[in-house]
Amino acid sequence: MNVTIRVWRQKNDQSEGRFEDHEAKDLNPNMSFLEMLDVVNEDLTNAGKDPIAFAHDCREGICGTCSCMINGKPHGPESGVATCQTYMRSFQDGDVIVVEPFRAKAFPIIKDLVCDRSAFDSIMHSGGFISIRTGSAPDANAIPIGKEVADMAMDAAACIGCGACVAACKNSSAMLFVSAKAGQLNLLPQGKPEKDARVLNMVATMDEAGFGNCTNQYECSAACPKEISEEFISKLNRDYLAASVKSVFKAVPSTMG
Amino acid sequence: MILDSKIPSGPLETKWEKHIADGKLVNPANKRKYEVIIVGSGLAGASAAATLGELGYSVKCFTFHDSPRRAHSIAAQGGINAAKNYQNDGDSVYRLFYDTIKGGDFRSREANVYRLAQVSVNIIDQCVAQGVPFAREYGGLLANRSFGGAQVSRTFYARGQTGQQLLLGAYSTLSRQIGLGTVKMFPNSEMLELVLVDGHAKGIVTRNLNTGAIERHSAHAVVLATGGYGNVFNLSTYARNSNCTAAWRAYRKGATFANPCYTQIHPTCIPVSGDYQSKLTLMSESLRNDGRIWAPKKEGDRRPPNEIPEEERDYYLERKYPSFGNLAPRDISSRAAKEACDEGRGVGETGLGVYLDFKDAIERLGESVIKERYGNLFDIYKEITNENAYEVPMRIYPAVHYTMGGLWVDYNLMSNIPGLFVTGEANFSDHGANRLGASALMQGLADGYFVLPYTIPHYLAEIPRDPAPPTSHEAFSETEEEVTTRTQRLLTNGGKQTVKSFHKRLGNLMWDYCGMARNKAGLETAIQEIPKLKEEFWDDVNVPGEGSELNQSLELAGRVGDFLELGELMCRDALAREESCGGHFREEHQYEDGEALRDDENFSHVAAWEFKGDGNAPERHIENLEYEAVKMVTRSYK
Repeated sequence: MNVTIRVWRQKNDQSEGRFEDHEAKDLNPNMSFLEMLDVVNEDLTNAGKDPIAFAHDCREGICGTCSCMINGKPHGPESGVATCQTYMRSFQDGDVIVVEPFRAKAFPIIKDLVCDRSAFDSIMHSGGFISIRTGSAPDANAIPIGKEVADMAMDAAACIGCGACVAACKNSSAMLFVSAKAGQLNLLPQGKPEKDARVLNMVATMDEAGFGNCTNQYECSAACPKEISEEFISKLNRDYLAASVKSVFKAVPSTMG
Repeated sequence: MILDSKIPSGPLETKWEKHIADGKLVNPANKRKYEVIIVGSGLAGASAAATLGELGYSVKCFTFHDSPRRAHSIAAQGGINAAKNYQNDGDSVYRLFYDTIKGGDFRSREANVYRLAQVSVNIIDQCVAQGVPFAREYGGLLANRSFGGAQVSRTFYARGQTGQQLLLGAYSTLSRQIGLGTVKMFPNSEMLELVLVDGHAKGIVTRNLNTGAIERHSAHAVVLATGGYGNVFNLSTYARNSNCTAAWRAYRKGATFANPCYTQIHPTCIPVSGDYQSKLTLMSESLRNDGRIWAPKKEGDRRPPNEIPEEERDYYLERKYPSFGNLAPRDISSRAAKEACDEGRGVGETGLGVYLDFKDAIERLGESVIKERYGNLFDIYKEITNENAYEVPMRIYPAVHYTMGGLWVDYNLMSNIPGLFVTGEANFSDHGANRLGASALMQGLADGYFVLPYTIPHYLAEIPRDPAPPTSHEAFSETEEEVTTRTQRLLTNGGKQTVKSFHKRLGNLMWDYCGMARNKAGLETAIQEIPKLKEEFWDDVNVPGEGSELNQSLELAGRVGDFLELGELMCRDALAREESCGGHFREEHQYEDGEALRDDENFSHVAAWEFKGDGNAPERHIENLEYEAVKMVTRSYK
C-alpha cells in the first residue's frame, strides 16, 4: 500500500513549524506506524534531507515514549494502543495521514514530533511516592490487601505516562495522569498515611506546570492507550476535597518524605 | 592481569553478612561530601540512585531517556523471583541459589549468586511497601507463579507488566529523592565517555540529546547501570535505543569485558514477519505455565494448526524434558525450537516458528481464567499478528532478549578500574551462561537497593577525603576532545549509506554466525567480516543534520559504531570458548542427543577481555570459578 503523510516539521521551540507532505510507498499492511516512519526517514536521509524526529523506544506499548497525534487523535485511530502499536492495516491505500506532535502549553515542542513532557516528572517529585526507606519494609505478606483493591490499584498503575490524556483534552488537563498515580497509592494501605499531602501537592504542582482544568468530558480516558478509567478523576476530586477541608483545620502535614 | 573477585572468606551462608560487618563506613556528616554518578535509570540505576540519595550521598543520575521511567526495565513482563516460600512448596534461599547456578550452567560466581538469593526476599518487601501492586489471592496475600528452570512457584508478578510496576516503584522512590534534592537528575543525557584521573573513574562526558551540548561531570565514583547489548543483533526484544556505548567506552578505557558471547535467545517471541521489521516482541515465559509448545511431526505440514490431529503433533519439550516439560530453561527451549525448524517442521509463512497452544488450558480452566492470567499478552499478540490466540495457537520463535555477559566486576560490583562500579544487566556476574526467567528484575533491584549501597562506601572510605576533581582538570578536557572529534567525524563524513543499513548488516552477521548455534568456521568468517564492515561504516556512513540539535541519526551512529567493535569481540569470545554452555552453543561440542557439552576441565572460568588499542587483538584473561558448596554436574532437565 501507499500513503502520504502530512507531517509537522519544526526545528525547535523557538522556530515556526509547518506541514510537509511525504510519500510512503510499497508498505506492508502489517508494518507498524513507526516502521512506516522509519521507511520515510531512510528515504529522506538518502535524498540528503533531514529525517523526521519522532520519540520512540520500546515499540511494544509500555515505555510511553511515543507520542504522535495521528489524524487528530493521540496514538492514532485504534483505541487502547500506543502509536508504536498502531499498524498500517488501520489505514487505507492512498490515505493522506496527518501527523503532529502532542500539543499542550505544558509540553513544549523540542523538534518535529518530539515534545518535552518533563512536567509529569515534576508532578511525581512533589508527591507521587510512598516515603519508605530502603531496608525498613515489613514482610510483604504482613498487610493483606484484598484482591479487588489490589486489582483496582493495578488498573491505575498501568499508566505509561505518555501524555495522551493531556493531548486529547481541549483544556490540556493532566487530571487523568495525576489521578491514576495518586489513585494507585491512595487505594493501598501503605499509601494512606500520606494521602492528603500527596493529593494537595500533586494537584498544586500540576496547576503550576500550566496544565488546564478538568471539565469532566473524559476525552482523556477515551484516548488513553491503557484505557485508564475516568473514575479515578472522580476519586481524586473526592480525595482533594477531603484533604482541602482538613487542611483548613491544619490537619494535613504540608510536607512529605 | 589478575582478576581478584574479592570473595569474602568463610561459609557461603555468612559471607555477605561478614563482608558488611568488615567493611568501612562513611560517617553520616561526610556522606554528602561524596558525589556519585549513576548512569542509567532502569531498575539497577534508579534503585541505586534512590538508595544512595536517601543515605545522604550527593547523587547525579543520568539517562538518555526523557524520563527515568522509560528505561527498558519497564518492558519486562512476567515476574520477579524471590525465595519467600509463600507457597509452602519447598523453596529456600539455597534452592533459588542452586536453581540459578544450575540454570547458568555452572558458569556464574557462586558467592554472588548466593547473595542474590539471600537479598531476593528483601526486594519483595521493599516493593510492596512502595505500593507496587503485585497480584494477590482473594485472601489478600501475594500470589505466585512458576517460571522456567524451577520446580517451585516463586515468581511474583503484576499481570504481564511486572517490570513496569517495579520500575515505577523505583522511579517513585527516586522521584522522592529528586524532590528532596539529594539526587540531581539529568534526563536526555547520554554518556559518551568515561573520565579517568590517576587510573580511577572520576567522571563522565555526556551529550545533551536535545541541545547537543557536550558536558563534563565529575564525582568520587561512577556507577554504570546501562543495561545489556542485545541490540548488536539489530533485531531483538530490546527497546530500539538500548545500546552498549557506556559499557564499551569504559572497556576502551581499561575495564575488562567478561563473557561477551553469553547472549540469551528467548524461546517465545513473535516470529519475524518482514524485512521492514524494527523490533521483535516477546511473549512472556509465564505463558509456558499453561501453554503447550508443539510443532507438527511431519516435515512441511502446511495445514492450519487446528486441522492437525493430536497424534500428529510433537510436544517436543514435554517429550524431551519430561520433568520440566514446557518450563525447560530458555536456552534449551530455544535450541529445541530451532531444531524443529531446521528439520523442516517449522510453521507460519517463513517456516521459522512453532506453536504455543492454550487449547488444553482453556478446556481445563475456561477462557476467563486464561484471560485473567494473560489477557494483556493475548491482546499484544492480536495487535501484532491480527490473530486471536484464544482460537488458534500462537506462533512463536526465539529472539535475542538478554545478555549475560558484561563488564567484569568483583564481589563489590566494582570493575577492574577503581571507582567504576557496574550493576544490573551491564555487569556479568550472576547469571553465568544462561539467565533464568524472572531473575533479571531480581538482580537489577538486588544490586541497586541492597548490594551497591553497602559496597560503595568500602571504596569511598578508602580514597582521600578530597572534593571530586574539578571538571577543568586536563583529564576532562582530553576526554571531551575525544568525544567532540568522534562526533564531528560522524557528522562530516559525507558518506552514502544510512546508519540503519549498517546496523542491519551487522545484525545479520551476528545472527548468522554468533546466534543460537555457533561454529569455528562461522565465527572466523565473522571475525573477518565485521572489521571490514566497520571500516566501510567509517568511510561511507551518512549522518545527516547537525550536532547542536536533537539528531537521532547521530545518536544511532555513535551506538552502531560501538556495536561494530563489540560484535567482533563477541565472536572472538565465542571462538575461544571451545565448549557449549548455556546460551553459548558450539556445534562442535554437543552430546549425541544434541545437548550442550561443557568442558569443566578447561573452561570453568570467566573470560574477561582487555582492550589493547585499535588494530590490536584484545587480551583474554581468566577468573577461575571455584565452587565450594555446589558440585558441578551435567545440567539435566529430563
